[in-house]
Amino acid sequence: MLEINELECVRGDRRLFADLSFQLPPHTLLQVRGPNGSGKTSLLRNLCGLLAPAAGSIKWNGRDIHAMGEEYRTQIAYLGHLSAVKDELTPRENLSFSARASGLVARTADVEAALRTLGVDGFHHLPCKALSQGQRRRVALARLCLSAARTLWILDEPFTALDAAALGVVRQLLESHMQAGGMVVLTTHQEVAISARTTRRVELGH
Amino acid sequence: MITHTNWFKYSSPATFYQLAGKLTPWFFAAAILFTIAGIYVSFFVAPTDAQQGEAYRIIFIHVPAAWMSMFIYIVMACWSGIGLAFNTRLSSMVASALAPTGALMTFIALWTGSLWGKPMWGTWWVWDARLTSELILLFLYFGFMSLQAAIDDPRRADKAGAVIALVGVINVPIIYFSVKWWNTLHQGASVSLTRSPSMAATMLIGMLLMALAFWMYSIGAMLMRVRCIILERERNAAWVKSVQGDER
Amino acid sequence: MTSPGPLDALRAVAGRDLLSALRRRADLLTTLIFFIIVASLFPLGVGTETALLRAMGPGVIWVAALLASMLALTRVFAGDYADGTLEQLALAPQPLAALAMSKVTAHWLASGLPLVIVAPVLGLQYDLDAEGLLILLASLLLGTPTLSLIGAIGASLTLGVRGGGALLSLIVLPLYVPVLIFGAGAVEAGAAGLGATPHLSLLGALLLVALVFAPWATAVALRIAVE
Repeated sequence: MLEINELECVRGDRRLFADLSFQLPPHTLLQVRGPNGSGKTSLLRNLCGLLAPAAGSIKWNGRDIHAMGEEYRTQIAYLGHLSAVKDELTPRENLSFSARASGLVARTADVEAALRTLGVDGFHHLPCKALSQGQRRRVALARLCLSAARTLWILDEPFTALDAAALGVVRQLLESHMQAGGMVVLTTHQEVAISARTTRRVELGH
Repeated sequence: MITHTNWFKYSSPATFYQLAGKLTPWFFAAAILFTIAGIYVSFFVAPTDAQQGEAYRIIFIHVPAAWMSMFIYIVMACWSGIGLAFNTRLSSMVASALAPTGALMTFIALWTGSLWGKPMWGTWWVWDARLTSELILLFLYFGFMSLQAAIDDPRRADKAGAVIALVGVINVPIIYFSVKWWNTLHQGASVSLTRSPSMAATMLIGMLLMALAFWMYSIGAMLMRVRCIILERERNAAWVKSVQGDER
Repeated sequence: MTSPGPLDALRAVAGRDLLSALRRRADLLTTLIFFIIVASLFPLGVGTETALLRAMGPGVIWVAALLASMLALTRVFAGDYADGTLEQLALAPQPLAALAMSKVTAHWLASGLPLVIVAPVLGLQYDLDAEGLLILLASLLLGTPTLSLIGAIGASLTLGVRGGGALLSLIVLPLYVPVLIFGAGAVEAGAAGLGATPHLSLLGALLLVALVFAPWATAVALRIAVE
């Protein structure tokens, strides 16, 4: 259960949002909406713990996430704007290394299965710089298949550059994660219908 | 009735701005008084040195400047560290305000060291341990100031400056020791500004007075500079707008 | 399913960097070639009198190694910062200091170790004898990791900041001075017959101090950069 209380975010000179409060129980989807520059990414980075809030608190099961430190990071999986895909490595190498570096279990069979789910499993000897933007994004998203143990998924514009088929795959991934008790926080400019037991919305930029 | 001062209120930039404004003239006045006393002792009371004649009197500026350059660096690193650890803005602003004065002291120490070296040993630069360490200290100050100048986000600049200042402060003794070692290996003991003439008591008093003068000046300069930094960083706050209104 | 041990993450980070470095051999070669060119430029500037070169040699090779090492530092975190890998590392359950150490180790293996291996060849250009070459090798072997560790702090502080390489040099070169003094000093002491052990021991001590403090300072600086 994630609990946000009177969260305030200041970047440089601007106060992006203040007095933001909400709760996120398991099986919940949170959609963060707002115009460009309204602080959606900053909110997500606050939830990850990368950015410290100017005021207010973020609690995971009653404990402040900054006090929890490493333990909180075993509970979350984050996908930001940048895909974290290395150009000179193949998709399999990328996924294997990045999963292991994040402390996830990455057996060869699981890595192959994850790439297959996202449709990028055919590029065994091609470095990722030979792939298209959408294909690179899918390599990044494949990490979600290995992140079932991470309860809270925080995704910044996960549907960007995806075609309809890939979009469907990702939607299914999110839905099954939430069904199993997980939570998903995402920002998106696109209207994507994701079914979850509970859906919350946060509007920024007012 | 006993009144307790709440010292923490001075950690707010707005209150400190007013306090700094009131204190600055006092520190500059003290600096002028100490300078007059120091120059009097340095030029008229301290005896002529047997080996070096009158030219040695430049140590009354060189040594206090060198002391202040190192002292200010340590103080700057402390305030920076406090700003990083406790996430306070004013501590970091004070550290940023101290840096140019510290660099100035270092430059004065280098320049007077050079001026001393010329009549003594005929060269404009002497690679002795103290001067070389001061040169490296100047680079450390420049590194701190350049890093802060290059980062646009003021909070990130504060924290990055704190890291480099703290790393520098740990390194200063290591650098000094290694430079001293290097100096004894390469030069022998003949040329050394650190071997000052044997200290008559009056010489020590002269140096202490000048050191106090530099200290008062440094605090005054810091207070003036930190007021500018506060105005710039807090420019969107209401109290700054009313201050600007008053001063128009 | 048992969770992987913490060492696996460190190995993954180092392995990824080494594999990337292997696939981008051009970057490593430019650092090495820079080292060789700088060390070879000095005789062109000061003349070829053997006694002068022999006296200058240790210092010149050390300064060249220092500059080459600093040139390579611009790459240790910048790639990861640009493509989002760094923020993933900041979100890993392992301590960021350990992950940063892993990266710096891989970086040294790819760019520092080649300098150490090539240096004796340059030492021949400066007429160092066999014992001098051995001391040069030992001093660089102890010194270049320290340079990488200290440099990593500077590299992490200047991520995404204007002025990049020049600013990094300004911050890091003053901190390099003790390593330079003891490193070059070791070879000079050996050449003068005074024994290089004290210098090499001090280099070792600096390496230990750097190993204790630098990863922590680097992690703090990385978190500041990734905010």
